[in-house]
Amino acid sequence: MLRHIIRRLLLAIPTLLAVFTVIFIIVRVAPGDPATAVLGDNASQQAVEALRERMGLNEPLWKQYLTFLADLARGDLGDSLKTSQPVWTQIKSALPHTLELTAAALVIGLVVGVPIGVVTAVKRNQAPDYIGRIVSLVGLSLPAFYLAILLIYFFAVKLDWFPAVGAPSFSDTGANLHHLVLPAVTLGLIEMAYVARMTRSVMIAVLSDDYVRTARAKGLGEWVVLVQHALRAGLIPVVSLVGIFAISMIGSSVLVEEVFARPGLGKLMVGATKQKDYTSLQSIMVVYAFIIVIINLITDIIYTMIDPRVRYA
Amino acid sequence: MSASTALMAESADAVPPVDIVSGRRRALRTFARNRTAVVGVVLIALLILIALAAPLVAPHDPLDQSVRNRLAPPSADHLLGRDDKGRDVFSRVIYGTRIALQVGILSVLLGGALGTLIGITAAFFGGKIDSALMRLTDVLLAFPDLITGLLVLAVLGPGLSKMIIAIGLTIAPRFARVAYGPTLSLMHRDFVDAARTVGVGNARILRAHLLPNILGELVVFGSLWTASAIRLEASLSFIGLGVQPPTPTWGQMIREGTLYLTTVPWYSLGPGLALLLAVLAFNLVGDGLRDALDPRSRS
Repeated sequence: MLRHIIRRLLLAIPTLLAVFTVIFIIVRVAPGDPATAVLGDNASQQAVEALRERMGLNEPLWKQYLTFLADLARGDLGDSLKTSQPVWTQIKSALPHTLELTAAALVIGLVVGVPIGVVTAVKRNQAPDYIGRIVSLVGLSLPAFYLAILLIYFFAVKLDWFPAVGAPSFSDTGANLHHLVLPAVTLGLIEMAYVARMTRSVMIAVLSDDYVRTARAKGLGEWVVLVQHALRAGLIPVVSLVGIFAISMIGSSVLVEEVFARPGLGKLMVGATKQKDYTSLQSIMVVYAFIIVIINLITDIIYTMIDPRVRYA
Repeated sequence: MSASTALMAESADAVPPVDIVSGRRRALRTFARNRTAVVGVVLIALLILIALAAPLVAPHDPLDQSVRNRLAPPSADHLLGRDDKGRDVFSRVIYGTRIALQVGILSVLLGGALGTLIGITAAFFGGKIDSALMRLTDVLLAFPDLITGLLVLAVLGPGLSKMIIAIGLTIAPRFARVAYGPTLSLMHRDFVDAARTVGVGNARILRAHLLPNILGELVVFGSLWTASAIRLEASLSFIGLGVQPPTPTWGQMIREGTLYLTTVPWYSLGPGLALLLAVLAFNLVGDGLRDALDPRSRS
């Protein structure tokens, strides 16, 4: 078990390296000169040249790449092109807000989505199935930012139950959680659609498996068959999908943070994009890459723990 | 040679020749019987018609400003009211169909062609090409589509063609994955070996044997990703990185609407519903196609 985990950890290193390389290439291959992009077309030649020097753009590309990796290895994410502050200070304060939002939404998505998926699979091609499938298809088609606006309109503007924008610091727990409700519900409902759909197709496959038929044939009650046999086996693939859900939510959280003006990582990335702050953008992508690799690692470990076939393989 | 062809022809006769044609026909029939999928087809046809005939359908010029009438409520002449510059929201929603469909369809064609090429090339040639291409694909797949799109768009800058490229590049690795697996398994199937033995070249094997086999999957995937591409375009426009004003896009209109949510709540309703319908339509068709082409769900 421990060996398996250590092996996975080591395997994550080349993956991260590959991801960092791709990020570096995408940001550096940008058509046009980043320094000019930052300063604008009317900037003087000297100003552009000075900034190029400061950004290290006059070095050969391989040297820039090595510097980038060496800085990362030392945990240095560089300074913002715009503010000259270390990017990490901004990321450090933004990250908890994004993780809080994603975790809360993941819980909502699973708690609502898994039962819907199971019910629609069991009642396949009956009324609950059609309703569940339509609801999840609408959920899949509804962009997160539009659902956010609808929820803000009804629950913040009309009913005034929850605040619509911002996120207070974590020390003010009550207010912080109060501000979390609408964004988390938005993201959770969107995710619920994916969860329900995937749980449904997994359960349909499981329900037609031999051992379920055997359980039924030996006269076990439908409930026992469902919960003790089918659901237990069906949960394994669903757990492995939780990682995918979490990663897709990291993506949607960018929009949710934008609408609710939450000071998270996504809002930081949108800001960096609009300001053409390439060093910040690059560092934020590195942090996203870390989050994704960690989510995959955790999923993998949980998967190993619940599925004996993997454990002994 | 002639003996072997005769043999193959005979064995093909032995297996009833219903296979491909009736398979396709059966899929079509399953699809046509799927009511939600047909609704999707009708919706898409309607959207394309609206996009093409926008100048005829739209009651007003989408760019005509009238500051005096800004944020006017819905009326008989302006079904969805007017926006913050006094422009007719209904006409802008209609013109927004053009951007949404252009980006949705063209980016999927671009990303689909590129990705399929990458996937087939990797599987076909194997070895170093395979591991290099698929490694890159996996790295790009690790990120959520919105974040990849945002990054590419940040580098390219705003604009219609850049939006199509950004979303196309986001989609490409997904198609590469879809094309890769089946191609790899087909490469080891007997009929490909047989074709090779009788001296059929690579290009012809790809065209005649591989593509028809993975086409169904690609079409399903293309439809579902058109839905996602439309959603991505709206999301990026909503953030403010899309096709720049004054060209009307749904995402940007919804963003403008959020500013007036307390006073003029109907503002973003029209573009929001249009967006929802467009994405839903392509999802319905993609779902229907998948069910029709998947033998497991035929029961």
